[in-house]
Order: sequence, then C-alpha cells, then structure tokens
Amino acid sequence: MSEQVFWDDINEGDSLPIISPDCSTQQLVVWAGASGDFYQIHYDIPFAENTGLDNIIVHGALKQAFLGRLLHDWAAPDGRIEQFGCSYRGMDYPAEDMSVSGTVTSKYTEGDRHLVDVEVWTENPSGRKTTPGTARVALPTR
Amino acid sequence: MAESIITDELKSLIGVDGPESEAEVTTTGCRLFARAVGHTDLIFYDEEVAKARGYKSIVAPPGFLGTTVYKPADAKRASAPPGGLNIPYKRILNGGTTYEYYDSIVAGDVLTSSSHITEFQEREGSVGPMLITWRETTFRRKSDGKVVAKGSSNMINY
Repeated sequence: MSEQVFWDDINEGDSLPIISPDCSTQQLVVWAGASGDFYQIHYDIPFAENTGLDNIIVHGALKQAFLGRLLHDWAAPDGRIEQFGCSYRGMDYPAEDMSVSGTVTSKYTEGDRHLVDVEVWTENPSGRKTTPGTARVALPTR
Repeated sequence: MAESIITDELKSLIGVDGPESEAEVTTTGCRLFARAVGHTDLIFYDEEVAKARGYKSIVAPPGFLGTTVYKPADAKRASAPPGGLNIPYKRILNGGTTYEYYDSIVAGDVLTSSSHITEFQEREGSVGPMLITWRETTFRRKSDGKVVAKGSSNMINY
C-alpha cells in the first residue's frame, strides 16, 4: 500500500502500481482452503493431466481476488471498490510469474460520488492477458 | 446454425430463484482469504486496525462473500451437474464473475444468498457450439435483510 490517491489527481490513462502475486503450489493450497474450492485440477498433477491439462492451473477466482487486491492497494485507505469483475480467458500455471495491472479508463461523478472506471488484468510471462476485467472505484477528493 | 438447444424447459428456468444458502463471514475466514491472496492491509487481519479505520470488525477482502455453511448431507450434491440443467454438452467452463458492492461486509455478518438464471446465449466458438448461462446471485445480510452485494456470473457449456 502507498499514500492515499485522490480523485482530483487521477487522469484517464493512469496506471495502477503493478503487483506480482505468489502463485506457488503452496499458495494455491492456501486458496483452496480459504475459498472451499477443492477441485483437484488445482493441486493434483496426475488428476489435471487426466482431464487433458498440461499441469495444475491457478484458480480463476484467485486471479479475480488478485485483481481485487490490486484495486484495494491502490484505493486504500479511503477509496472503495464498488464493482469489479473479470473473464477467464486463459489458463495460468503455478510455476509462472504473473503480473497484475490496471489502467484508469474514465473519471466522472454520479451524485456526490467521485468515481473512476479501471481496466484490470492478469498477465502471463508471454504477455497474454489471461484474466481481463473492469472495475468501478469511488475515491476521496482533496 | 443448428436448431437451438435453448428449449422451453430451459427458458422456463429464467428468473426462478434457486434454494437459499447461508455463508458465515468469520474473522478466521477473512484472515485466511486475505492470506491466500497476499493482502498486506491489516484491516483484513486485525480487529483494532479495522475499528480504527471505521469498520465494525475485520473486513471481508474483495471477492470474499463468506464461507458456505457445510452440512455433510450436502456433500453428494457436489457431483450433480451444475445447475441441474439438461444440456447436450459435456464440458463446462467458468466464464467469470462481476461483483457489485452496496455496503461493507465484515466479520460477524451472516450472508444469505440465492441465484437465478438471467439469460441463455448460444454462440459458435473456436471449440464448437457453446451455451452461455448467465446467473445473478443476491447476497443479503441476515441481521437486517439489506442487500450487500450482487454477483453476475456466466458458465460456458460446450
């Protein structure tokens, strides 16, 4: 986390500070317990291979939660995530480095709320956006 | 395009709420979820910090909507086809989810939720014909009935 960002200072096109989350097999197991998703394709290699995968894969909902962390770290302490979502477009594997990024696409007000829309995504080492999404965040003003 | 697989039987499911389920937002649940995602903000871990920042208790991290209350008798439902839909495709993919928040969710909250199908879409994809099923889930805080979040998700059968 860093210092509070204010709506006044944001410009369309601004980038959010990138995060590089831990996608180790250990982290996937922690996630399985936290989320209650015990599907074996996320921790059992022979099982995953039997379903036609090359390896175990990172949970889609974990990637979405990483997008939530990106947005929270950027907007905290006083900003608020009003909406965030994504599509699962590609698989990610635990041995790979993932980066999670975002760009402000618009800035506007609705009533007394000061809002920004943000494009967010996870990216694999070959530069492919495997989990593209969007978010709406309310930010404080100066 | 081949004949539509969106039968009247499927269409009749649109808008019909499924059974209600209950999830508990606990301090332990919030902390474990935050740890699994690598969160460093202490509002997800430390009650005093959360209170000092204006929250009633430890905050549920983005994407956390509680831990479903597990009952052993429900375990066999895990092998049932998702949604129990009668669809001629064998493979299924989770397409993604969007959450909309209307209030903070904190430890101590009990959330009740139910979902219904909002739309079926047929599409020709690279993997052949697909059926996309859109669902909306409403999460209410049990103590006062307030809608605290909605989730819109889609599943892809192909």
